[in-house]
Amino acid sequence: MPFVCGGHPSPACLPELLLALEQTGASVVEIGIPYSDPIADGPVIAGAMHRALEQGVTPAQIFEQVASVRDRLSIGLVAMVSVSIVHAWGGSSGFCQRAEEAGFDGLIVPDLPVEECDPVRDAAREHGLAMSLLISPSTPRGRAEKIARASSGFVYLMTRLGTTGEREESPEVERRVGIIRRATRIPIACGFGLSTADQVRRVLRHADAAIVGSALVRRLDGAEDPASTAQAFVGDLVAACGDRSQSTEQNTPDQVDS
Amino acid sequence: MTSNGTANETHTRPEVASGRFGEFGGIFVPETLVGALTQLEEAFERARRDDRFWEELRTLLRQYVGRPTPLCPAERLTGFVRARARQGKGASIWLKREDLAHTGAHKINNTMGQVLLTRRMKKDRVIAETGAGQHGVATATACARFGIACEVYMGAEDARRQRLNVVRMRMLGATVHTVDAGSRTLKDATNEAMRDWMQSVENTHYILGSVVGPHPFPTIVREFQSVIGQETKGQALRAFSRLPDCIVACVGGGSNAAGMFAPFIEDEEVRLVGVEAGGTGEQPGQHAATLAFGNPGILHGARTIVLQDEFGQTSPVHSCSAGLDYPGVGPEHAYWKQMGRVSYTRRSDAQALDAFSLLSQSEGIIPALETAHAVAEAIDLAAQMERDQTLVICLSGRGDKDVEEAARLKGMIES
Repeated sequence: MPFVCGGHPSPACLPELLLALEQTGASVVEIGIPYSDPIADGPVIAGAMHRALEQGVTPAQIFEQVASVRDRLSIGLVAMVSVSIVHAWGGSSGFCQRAEEAGFDGLIVPDLPVEECDPVRDAAREHGLAMSLLISPSTPRGRAEKIARASSGFVYLMTRLGTTGEREESPEVERRVGIIRRATRIPIACGFGLSTADQVRRVLRHADAAIVGSALVRRLDGAEDPASTAQAFVGDLVAACGDRSQSTEQNTPDQVDS
Repeated sequence: MTSNGTANETHTRPEVASGRFGEFGGIFVPETLVGALTQLEEAFERARRDDRFWEELRTLLRQYVGRPTPLCPAERLTGFVRARARQGKGASIWLKREDLAHTGAHKINNTMGQVLLTRRMKKDRVIAETGAGQHGVATATACARFGIACEVYMGAEDARRQRLNVVRMRMLGATVHTVDAGSRTLKDATNEAMRDWMQSVENTHYILGSVVGPHPFPTIVREFQSVIGQETKGQALRAFSRLPDCIVACVGGGSNAAGMFAPFIEDEEVRLVGVEAGGTGEQPGQHAATLAFGNPGILHGARTIVLQDEFGQTSPVHSCSAGLDYPGVGPEHAYWKQMGRVSYTRRSDAQALDAFSLLSQSEGIIPALETAHAVAEAIDLAAQMERDQTLVICLSGRGDKDVEEAARLKGMIES
């Protein structure tokens, strides 16, 4: 599941990128809506967001771009958006209506903890959107189960403490995935710190999907041809997903229906 | 909360579970921080009910910080006001001298309290954000006093205009990280501190410096700063046998104002006035007057009033004072404004610079540029009040850190 930042590397390149990612075999694409103060993001994604905002990119433009290309895509599209934008741009209901009209299938609101999520989750459900909540390595077991049950579409398991960004080590997710599996039947996606095919392959021994953000965004930064850059990199990762489906008996689909 | 009443529980607390002040406050942070905030809330609630905690803090404040700070009459400033006021007008002005607290500002009240919490949580590293550098210096000081590693995030623009405080922090053994992202001021330093905390929560406490951010910070900081208002109350009763008629404090995030106002919230006869940074104009990017021009929004983990655009992107802000240069405000201030209990005004850069000189030359006290905004408001308010009334200015900090910048700005304005 690749992550791209709307409006990056150039203000209007999102439709072209999404088409390329679908061709490459991505099942779902996460689209970051640039926000001025993205505290959950490390320097690569935060930098991409700042550059997009400096070029005047707005959430409205990104939604228009998604809408313009939606009927040529069959992959799932998930918006990753700060609660500040949801709150200001229409509120829970107004925002979810816009997301539905643009053709999104789901939402991730990384700065909205489970205690505060009801208004957005209810509005999302009303507008046919899945809502994935995040589970951190520091989340206690009981709370992780609560978050898993509150999620729809897929559960987002963070493989690292801290912000988004590439890390060298391969995370150990087996135990955490096991705990979440017992609480929910929806797929489990892992993200934060994943950048190589090898890491993706290891994570997919246990989880259903791997989210790769900073490693892709960094490659797109300044790329002359973003679509082919994305295809080259994501192609390797998709191949890693293929290896995994041959080597495990796991029966949960990595295609996220929403 | 139980009602076993320490001296620190004398006023009402509107917040309920999850730290709400009416519709404001709450916790809007990534999941990784929820555990740390829960741990902090538990540590704070245990400490709050523990008389030994308050005794330890009171002893530190007395022996190390130099509390209580004086409430002193500003006779020549009062004379200046009366000379220009209509016949019979001109309240007597008093100064609550937080500039005389160790390190030169009220910020130390909070950092001493939070460093004791850090010890109780058995964490051995502290991080902080700072705007004017006063909170950074106060945090570095508290950490030096207790032998705790300290790292401070500061916007590159703030580090430039408050260079003296950068040197002080380093002298105290702290590591200072200058932040080049975004507007390179307090907002961006806060983002970086939160990012650090997300990967260091296990051994690190984040000493937030104002009444902003996710619960429980606004409550913790207000409680530790309330010593300002509590002392003022007792001192006013001794000095003029009644409560002040009016109290004025500057508001950036709003910690000195919250600490001064909170003990007076139920004393409805006391007029409370918060003064924001009016900057150079009313357009976005020209001021930091959040309560005047902002809307309900979410910033740095809390629902509060925020300067933002229609999409929720934080607006640029400006003030001559690095400590007021912030696009949000404490959620409790948003609540007090909505309730009509506190009135909030604004003063421009130029008015603050005039007041900076006026207080320096009429009282021999160089105030912080932040504080100068409150002085500017106070002299106009006092001129409209009766002579037998009293007005207290929360003199939140001293201005040594600002003399170079003030001289530079005055040169620019006068040339």
